[in-house]
Amino acid sequence: MLDGHDYLTRRVEEFRTQVARRIDGSLTEEEFRPLRLMNGLYLQLHAYMLRVALPYGSLRPDQLRALAEISERWDRGYGHFTTRQNIQFNWPRLVDVPDMLARLAEVGLHAIQTSGNTIRNVTADPFAGAGAGEVADPRPVAELIRLWSTDHPEFQFLPRKFKIAVTGAPEDRAITAANDIGVRIVEKDGERGYRVLAGGGLGRTPFVGQVLRDFLPEADLLPYLEAVLGSYNLAGRRDNKYKARIKITLQEQGLAAFTAEVERRFAALRPSFSGADRQVLAELRTRFAAPGFAARSTATFDEARTADPVFRAWADINLRAHQRADHAIAIISLKPVGGVPGDASAAQMRVVADLAERFGHGDIRAGLDQNLILPHVHRADLPALHAGLREAGLATANAGLGTDIVACPGLDYCSLATARSIPVAQEIARRIEDIAAETGPLNIRISGCINACGHHHLGDIGILGLEKAGAESYQVTLGGRPGTDMAIGRRTGPGFGADEIVPAIDRAVRASLALRLPGETFAETLARTGPDPFVAALYEETSDAV
Amino acid sequence: MAKGFRPGLVSANDLITGAVIYLASDDSWVARPEDADLITDEARAATRLAHIEAQPGRAVGAYIAPAEPGASGPRPAHIREHFRASGPSAPARASWGENHA
Ligand code: HEM
Ligand code: SF4
Repeated sequence: MLDGHDYLTRRVEEFRTQVARRIDGSLTEEEFRPLRLMNGLYLQLHAYMLRVALPYGSLRPDQLRALAEISERWDRGYGHFTTRQNIQFNWPRLVDVPDMLARLAEVGLHAIQTSGNTIRNVTADPFAGAGAGEVADPRPVAELIRLWSTDHPEFQFLPRKFKIAVTGAPEDRAITAANDIGVRIVEKDGERGYRVLAGGGLGRTPFVGQVLRDFLPEADLLPYLEAVLGSYNLAGRRDNKYKARIKITLQEQGLAAFTAEVERRFAALRPSFSGADRQVLAELRTRFAAPGFAARSTATFDEARTADPVFRAWADINLRAHQRADHAIAIISLKPVGGVPGDASAAQMRVVADLAERFGHGDIRAGLDQNLILPHVHRADLPALHAGLREAGLATANAGLGTDIVACPGLDYCSLATARSIPVAQEIARRIEDIAAETGPLNIRISGCINACGHHHLGDIGILGLEKAGAESYQVTLGGRPGTDMAIGRRTGPGFGADEIVPAIDRAVRASLALRLPGETFAETLARTGPDPFVAALYEETSDAV
Repeated sequence: MAKGFRPGLVSANDLITGAVIYLASDDSWVARPEDADLITDEARAATRLAHIEAQPGRAVGAYIAPAEPGASGPRPAHIREHFRASGPSAPARASWGENHA
């Protein structure tokens, strides 16, 4: 198996040799760079960065403990959770990376295909197997795709990176429409199959994914994906990296022509898939079976919720509906107000691992918004879980609120950045903390350059940091949405300087409180009023903005 | 000075740690831009870069990082270079305002 220890160990030892040859001068940087990138090792502004894939966001306690240990032994005692279910270590030394990878291999984790023009870490709904209203658990499908795509000989040198996301729920928490391929598990006439989207993505040319196939029978998934990848591999623009993603191929060819080519290939490929893939899928389904839920009274939950206002606030804001009424999905916010979005210390990772073992069937998820999730917690255990989180500084009650800001590393770490994003997130959170709960759901997202790693296009409020005449300049978009009906935010006007952006956002959020009708969310108010009153609030004090 | 050439420091990342380093006038690599050699003409920049390329074992991705003379030695002259020199603002910083000084 591809995450088998032997396979990973072989890969690590190969990389160890390559690192040694780089250090003794036998390999030049030009020769070494693609090799390190194949192992998830980037060189950033101030240090190397190791990106580790957390397939479909699933983590076991022993894996999270290994990540904690790695961060302490070979990094600076923390890790950064991203929007693509990866964790990044920001300070590894080149000589230590083989040891880090070896430690990862011991728990079945790796950094393969976290870089380069390959099929990247397959992402999935972080509430998989737990979210109320789910059609089917997307993890077996995501795992099947991962097994198929890892080391796939034909797809190691695609025109560009390729991202696949899977959801099995009507509410699309995997942002499938912003991926190169999005797979949605659906049901039609009692039969289960897939709606396949392609060509979604953000970056400098954002597009919502388009439906390639409205209903693909279950048995056809891998040959169909292979047909899409094959068509793209041939037609994708290799001459211009800004036009190389499948979203551009689709725009240039048109949906009908691209789909026709995919269907032609699919028809040719289909017979060669004999059904072994279906057998694997059936086996995977048993591997991802639900844990043994216990039927117990939920009285302690109700009592604590009545007696303790702090617990009550956390429970009301950070819990989501589970498939079982006596269980809940608990969101562990990695967004303490004023903290770095997505960062967790080694000690915090260990606490989460322990709590997951005690109260969460040993199941931990990384979300797509830089938070962690315990998907299966009995309501009776929530007060104790909350107490444990609180001791570790992990009980911020802000999941989905304005202070739960998604922010990429930006100019504090990233070599591609044109502006900082983390300090902007920190300061906005501080500024709006007093009205965050009152405002209710509000999605603020910040990217430090046009690559859009912070998904700024998908925020109710999106912020894009650029450089203008040697200074940071922040463009604001309004009305983005990440879900099933994904929408790309619209630009409000000229950019804001670094000292203007935080007060401007603060004004817009406060304006929403004055504008809203009872019960409306920020997004609903914006949809009703249109952008004008928000734009007026944003630009109120910056009429000389350039 | 050649027209269009922007004065700067030879800068790179350390091969082992990835840390930002600058070339000093005695050919040693230093951590602070203040201690580095400010290059003001293009010909010298080319010679210095060629010299570095001949010894690839220490520095990665050497280039001329824009800089200008300051009271205590050269200082970064571009926002990106400012952050390369100072390290991430985020974890250590106390308030937003400070960074704009
Ligand atoms: C620090 C090193 C990083 C580098 C060098 C980097 C580089 C890039 C580049 C070049 C793209 C654009 C690709 C394209 O449009 O063709 C991209 C996209 C993306 N990155 Fe990063 N990134 C980094 C960190 C992160 C982090 C920390 C996150 C999560 C917080 C992230 C999440 C994403 C996502 C979700 C996209 C896809 C955006 C889209 O839909 O177009 N990246 N990245
Ligand atoms: S959006 Fe730009 S600045 Fe932010 S992590 Fe991505 S590449 Fe770096």
